[in-house]
Amino acid sequence: MTASSPYIGRSVKRLEDRRFLTGTGRYIDDVKLPDMAVMAIYRSPHAHARIRSIDLSAAKALPGVIDAFCASDITMALPLIPLRLAPFKGFERFLQQPIARDKVRYVGEPVAVVIASDRYIAEDALDLIEVDFDPLPAVTSVDQAASGETLIHEDAGENMGTRYTVGRGDADEAFRNAPYTRRERFTTNRHGAVPMETRGMIAEFDPDTPLLRLHGATKVNFFNRRHLAAAFDLPEDAVELIETDVGGGFGARGELYPEDYLVPIASRRVRRPVKWTEDRRENLTATNHSRDIVCDLEIAATDDGRILGMRATVQGDMGAYVRTNGGVVASKAAQFLPGPYRVPSFSCDVQFLITNKTPVGTFRGPGRFEANFCRERLLDMVAADLNIDPAELRLRNLMEPAELPFRIGELVPGDVNATFDRGNYPSALNRMLDEVGYADWKDRQGEIIDGRAHGLGIACFIESSAAGPPETARIAVAPDGSIEIRTGASSVGQGTETGLAQICADYLVVDIDRIHVLHGSTTLVPSGGGTFHSRNTVMAGNAVRKAAEALRARSIELAALRWNTDAAGLEYRDGAVHRGDGGESVLSLTELAAFARSRGPDEALAADAAFDNEGKLSYSYGAHAALVAVDIATGVVEVKKYVLTEEIGRALNPAMVQGQAVGGLVQGLGGTFLDHMVYDQDGQLLTGSFADYLLPTSTELPEITAIALEESPSEFNPMGFKGAGEGGIVAVAAAVGNAVVHALNAHGIQINDLPITPDRLRAALRAAGA
Amino acid sequence: MTEKHSLTLTVNGQTRRCEVEPRMTLADCLREKLDLTGTHLGCEHGVCGACTVIVDGAAIRSCLMFAVQAAGTEITTVEGLADGDELSVLQQAFHDNFALQCGFCTPGFLTTAETILKENPSPTRAEVQSAISGNICRCTGYVPIIDAILEAADRRRKGEK
Repeated sequence: MTASSPYIGRSVKRLEDRRFLTGTGRYIDDVKLPDMAVMAIYRSPHAHARIRSIDLSAAKALPGVIDAFCASDITMALPLIPLRLAPFKGFERFLQQPIARDKVRYVGEPVAVVIASDRYIAEDALDLIEVDFDPLPAVTSVDQAASGETLIHEDAGENMGTRYTVGRGDADEAFRNAPYTRRERFTTNRHGAVPMETRGMIAEFDPDTPLLRLHGATKVNFFNRRHLAAAFDLPEDAVELIETDVGGGFGARGELYPEDYLVPIASRRVRRPVKWTEDRRENLTATNHSRDIVCDLEIAATDDGRILGMRATVQGDMGAYVRTNGGVVASKAAQFLPGPYRVPSFSCDVQFLITNKTPVGTFRGPGRFEANFCRERLLDMVAADLNIDPAELRLRNLMEPAELPFRIGELVPGDVNATFDRGNYPSALNRMLDEVGYADWKDRQGEIIDGRAHGLGIACFIESSAAGPPETARIAVAPDGSIEIRTGASSVGQGTETGLAQICADYLVVDIDRIHVLHGSTTLVPSGGGTFHSRNTVMAGNAVRKAAEALRARSIELAALRWNTDAAGLEYRDGAVHRGDGGESVLSLTELAAFARSRGPDEALAADAAFDNEGKLSYSYGAHAALVAVDIATGVVEVKKYVLTEEIGRALNPAMVQGQAVGGLVQGLGGTFLDHMVYDQDGQLLTGSFADYLLPTSTELPEITAIALEESPSEFNPMGFKGAGEGGIVAVAAAVGNAVVHALNAHGIQINDLPITPDRLRAALRAAGA
Repeated sequence: MTEKHSLTLTVNGQTRRCEVEPRMTLADCLREKLDLTGTHLGCEHGVCGACTVIVDGAAIRSCLMFAVQAAGTEITTVEGLADGDELSVLQQAFHDNFALQCGFCTPGFLTTAETILKENPSPTRAEVQSAISGNICRCTGYVPIIDAILEAADRRRKGEK
């Protein structure tokens, strides 16, 4: 890399944009294959019921219908959707098969499939399917699940997916001797990722070749390929997962779902390509939900607010089955409850409860958003109880740089080495306090301005990034001079192509316009780790860096052959190999690529690399502040100003980093005020459309300042990157919740439950006599 | 309901003919019959705005209009916004301001913004915020989209096309 580094660190315009701006992107529903049929899914209208009988005859008789099937028509052994992350013992009893056989356990569970010549006919046919259900009582809360009165999976004998206790130090001892303790119950409500593009896929399954090609894949394609190959009893190389453009992921898109099996089964049955496109109503019941946690959190402290210990019970509502990463939410909530603070003792009872709702998975900042809300709300209560300024309380308890790195202990079973890397947490908080003008606001909490009560809330966070298996990259130069990057990482719309091209351009010292990036598909590279946990820039970015370094070496090797000289005298600079000190002889990458090609079909100017984090995660951290105005009469909260700092080590592309922070923050405002999956006592989802399930819109925006700090580069990769995808969202409910409480300090209102809605706030104010 | 009607539309300046069932939405007609897949479906019930197209000058949710209702109209989709290889001022402003990430909602924002700027060439920030409040974006947090629309308005007032 040259010292000037013309691309890394600059807000390079995105390479992806042109196709998206001109309507020429290729999202999965844009793909049409010859002779393609479409399928639609009959989903359970009941939360919990036995299936007595299914009659597909009328559906099959409808003109245009090619086939219809239910579980009993499938001859292969029905596979179980595997666990990918947080595969705790006990979960194996609650895995989902792709289609219900005898019993349905949530509204939206697949029961039957129709394959037709077009979508309209397929949906007509769904109306002709007759299923005789025998409804059972629905389990719709963790308390009801814990009682075990109604069993959802009878064979398991309980509704407890699993349960464990983690901790460090002796929390009980700390509490026995503590001068101050407080215990509160918090809930973070069920909501989800809800990307703008719903899921979809096209399967081409030729059982004779055999070849299963699945278009529309993303996120963790190599993991998914391995499991799909096993499910269909195919060698892995007989399964190809092809990535298209993806309209947002946020954790939910690209995990294995029932449809990843049903669409291939449909294609194999009719021996045609079959497309399935999720509609929004399906999306809200079929795609993973998240965030659904009840947390009893207890804190012990000295009289001057120094934390002595925390004890907690986290109950995660898992929905009806444990899906690929369903265990992440509650387990990470428990792990991140102590946060960036000095918490000498901690103990947490973590429970994963099965209910008759849509299964859960991850949503951006899984467990962190939840943990931060609970802890930061409680810290503000501590501050009030002990009459300490909330910022001062945090500064007293934040770990200092000298205390880092810090081994946090085995707070997730098996995760024995988890270690917060170096950083300066107080610095990130202080920067935010300066930026938001905290000194001016702290004595004005509750002030009435223009009839509304104002309050400023703050919160700190820490968040892990760049976990998981190694990532791969291959860089090849074509004889026309174009440079192609291939990687096993996926793009879910975050600008991965641009970021990787920036790195490649700097390390090869070439113009970025020569580079294009192919990603995700299993046909591009032999293996890949995928895209989750804010890992692309760190993992794929460093794989690209290593591949570029290897390509420089390969260039010199080829130039030595071309010049019939010793490689030792050659130098790579400015995108070419130079001979001699004067640099009079030069071979460009283009010339070397042509030379390589001339040597034979197996020769190329190309290099492969993989980057392994060796289990070392980088932790981004920072602080949020929200200034709110609350209308006492209506309970409506306006977030007027929002400031966040996030230490990300080094910004690859500051504008894209800003986009992650602002986008995450606004998503977080949704999770704080709007997004809410509401179920009734029968397990019916009452928020099954965008008329009922509310998302943030452009009218709800505060004035936003998002500051990416680059004070503490990651020690674990030479470019210094930490993940930057989730710091914007993780502390929003925490900061806003605290702000609302401060605004309403005259009324003694506490916010322990999300979402914060006008009716809930009004009810609390009414109860307080306001 | 399944009897086909022949339909003539003007889409992006070209006369297009197709056979559609009366129940087919304009969005499905554009995507399935005319292969104009730049118009995206985010909710199919008129809330998210991703499928917005310009019909006789007005921003219309193409998931809420039947194709047969569009007979004889002039329609502009996202594919019709650029001038050949040259991005429009609005598209360029989106690019320059990082006003898109996954790009799925972008066509609806562009078509909506085109009609906003036609009706009101000098909108205030609040007017832009209000005018795009019927379009949902999950990636950007809207801020750069508003910046881009305001910048496009400014550039257009200065004579850029």
